[in-house]
Amino acid sequence: MATVGLFIPCYVDQLYPRVAMATLELLERSGFEVVFPQAQTCCGQPMANTGCTEDARPLAERFFEIFSPYDYVVAPSGSCVAMVRHHYDEFLGDVPGFKEFKAKTFELCEFLCDVAGVTKLPVRFPYRVGLHQSCHGLRELRLGSASERVEPAFSKVRQMLLAVEGVELVTLQRADECCGFGGTFAVAEEAVSCLMGEDRIADHTQAGAQVLTANDMSCLMHLDGLIRRQKNPLRVMHVAEILAGYPL
Amino acid sequence: MNHASLAAEFVRDKERAHWHDNTLWFVRTKRDKAAQSLPEWETLRETAGGIKAHTMSHLADYLEEFERAATRLGAQVHWAADGDEHNRIVLDILQGHGARRVVKSKSMLTEECHLNPFLERHGIEVIDTDLGERIVQLAGTPPSHIVLPAIHLKKEDVGQLFHEHLGTAAGATDPKYLAEVARGHLRDKFMRADAGITGVNFAIAETGGFVVCTNEGNADLGVSLPKLHIASMGIEKLIPRAKDLGVFLRLLARSATGQPITTYSSHFHGPRAGGELHIVLVDNGRSELLASDDFRRSLHCIRCGACMNTCPVYRRSGGFSYQSTVPGPIGSILAPARDPAKYHSLPFACSLCGSCTDVCPVKIDLHHQLLTWRGAIARGGHLPLGKRVGMKLGSLVLRRPWLYELLGGLARRIVPHLPRVLVYNRWNPWGLQRELPPFPAQSFRQQYQNRHDEPRQDSSGHS
Repeated sequence: MATVGLFIPCYVDQLYPRVAMATLELLERSGFEVVFPQAQTCCGQPMANTGCTEDARPLAERFFEIFSPYDYVVAPSGSCVAMVRHHYDEFLGDVPGFKEFKAKTFELCEFLCDVAGVTKLPVRFPYRVGLHQSCHGLRELRLGSASERVEPAFSKVRQMLLAVEGVELVTLQRADECCGFGGTFAVAEEAVSCLMGEDRIADHTQAGAQVLTANDMSCLMHLDGLIRRQKNPLRVMHVAEILAGYPL
Repeated sequence: MNHASLAAEFVRDKERAHWHDNTLWFVRTKRDKAAQSLPEWETLRETAGGIKAHTMSHLADYLEEFERAATRLGAQVHWAADGDEHNRIVLDILQGHGARRVVKSKSMLTEECHLNPFLERHGIEVIDTDLGERIVQLAGTPPSHIVLPAIHLKKEDVGQLFHEHLGTAAGATDPKYLAEVARGHLRDKFMRADAGITGVNFAIAETGGFVVCTNEGNADLGVSLPKLHIASMGIEKLIPRAKDLGVFLRLLARSATGQPITTYSSHFHGPRAGGELHIVLVDNGRSELLASDDFRRSLHCIRCGACMNTCPVYRRSGGFSYQSTVPGPIGSILAPARDPAKYHSLPFACSLCGSCTDVCPVKIDLHHQLLTWRGAIARGGHLPLGKRVGMKLGSLVLRRPWLYELLGGLARRIVPHLPRVLVYNRWNPWGLQRELPPFPAQSFRQQYQNRHDEPRQDSSGHS
């Protein structure tokens, strides 16, 4: 049995354990041996995205060391996986085995689709769901077609959601606009960040969504923060929770 | 002022910010339809990017080839190292002809060189003849967008401006009426002009000709009446062959406004009979960009403005929040190259969503270059202290799993019990409009540990 190194983003580990548990259960049910290496902390993206590349370097190096032993590395985050696959070259480009390491690192839906070959999930989620396409999963990992490009329409995240019985996906006016989280952008550019988030929420609301989901908890942490402040009845769940059959 | 504070000011008028966002999103939607109508769109982008990359790698040769060919056609070619030299060259030419009144079609390069105020200081009247540019000229501001210079103004604002400057009826806002009055006003300026200045969209090394794209025909009118035509171009506007032009003309207007092509694509090959044509080739920092492995690709830009229309930050912060001639994603790459100390906040005025990169007709990896700029700004010491210290501390903690778990545990135990006022105050920008995430009793790693200590059971359906 192939072994998956479970890569849980630091803030998910600390703040959203339910999302991490759902990921673990999904992978186990798909027939993989799953190990959560306890030495892991953070991939270093916050530092790298702020320009502090030298503060990110040691985190990238230890990440590579910690996850190297596994057949696959899987995370419930397009953003953190994009960091490893697209932005670690600066730190590990010349290290033997790094190319192979990138190729075995996957975002959860991508892994379920492309490696585990999941087409049907034995769970029910009878709600109208709005899918927020988190940018790094979409435009860095290409988990789906982007509205800017002329290419056949597809979405691995959508495909996985539709493998759940009862899910009704609503149609948004802006299919893949950014929510405005953007890491430190969320606080450094607070005003624009919050307006972007508000506009996304309004789009999901007008589309009749009961649940707003995404494959990055960071987008959802930002959107949920706005939703709860505004006492909006819209609920927020990570895709992994829906796919694992967790209740609303 | 940094981008964030100017953006916050823009957002304060939420209704107007939404209007601005929707106006530009409408342009983006038109662009999508135009792009989707060409099945070969991605091939065109790839080809255009390839042609530009090739041109940049042979730029010196192509520039000399262009100079030879243009000279053969009877044009006079001038070389300007920077904006000041460009302005002096233009002034010399104008003074040499005793020109006092100049009409100018849209040119971001002359904006970049601040040509208008320079000429005005020397007693020369410069009239911008593109309607949007004329509007911002009357308003006394720079353009807020490179293709849609007055996109930040509503028709009521334009009505008020025209009432003050062109004597339109008070309170009149009918676009047709206002445009008609502007047309009459500009006709008069065209008729009395001593010289016409244009920008250049594409210059062709092989032929020595160049192309100016407008929707209003103002470039043609401006250089067909006076005998003197001065064309100012950045050295990156070059393409090698006439047959490359089709690739770019098909991309430019579709990306800019969703039109299949601009109403006028005016080709100039040497001066018209009895006239003079001067072409000013301007460097103004471009050679330095060309020498940079990280940012060279920003020179591929054909100034279509698509990255602005798609940028969720630009749409909600307006062009002026960037404080640079070219705003938006491409401007945030170009401006720090000019002055990193002044423009250090621009590469951070970005959520790294990557939409600009996917919309760019010449496939500039805009958001990756913005990310690269952040590193350069940090190394150059222009990062705010808070970010610098925060990231250093973050890295120290995250290298030590025990410390990370200890601090995480403390936060989860303490924060939920703090009085609201200690958590939500003006020192916590996250909490101004947002709730903090919930703080669960246990981290995942604790739950995972417990799960392994107990006999394994599938916990589906737990919450």
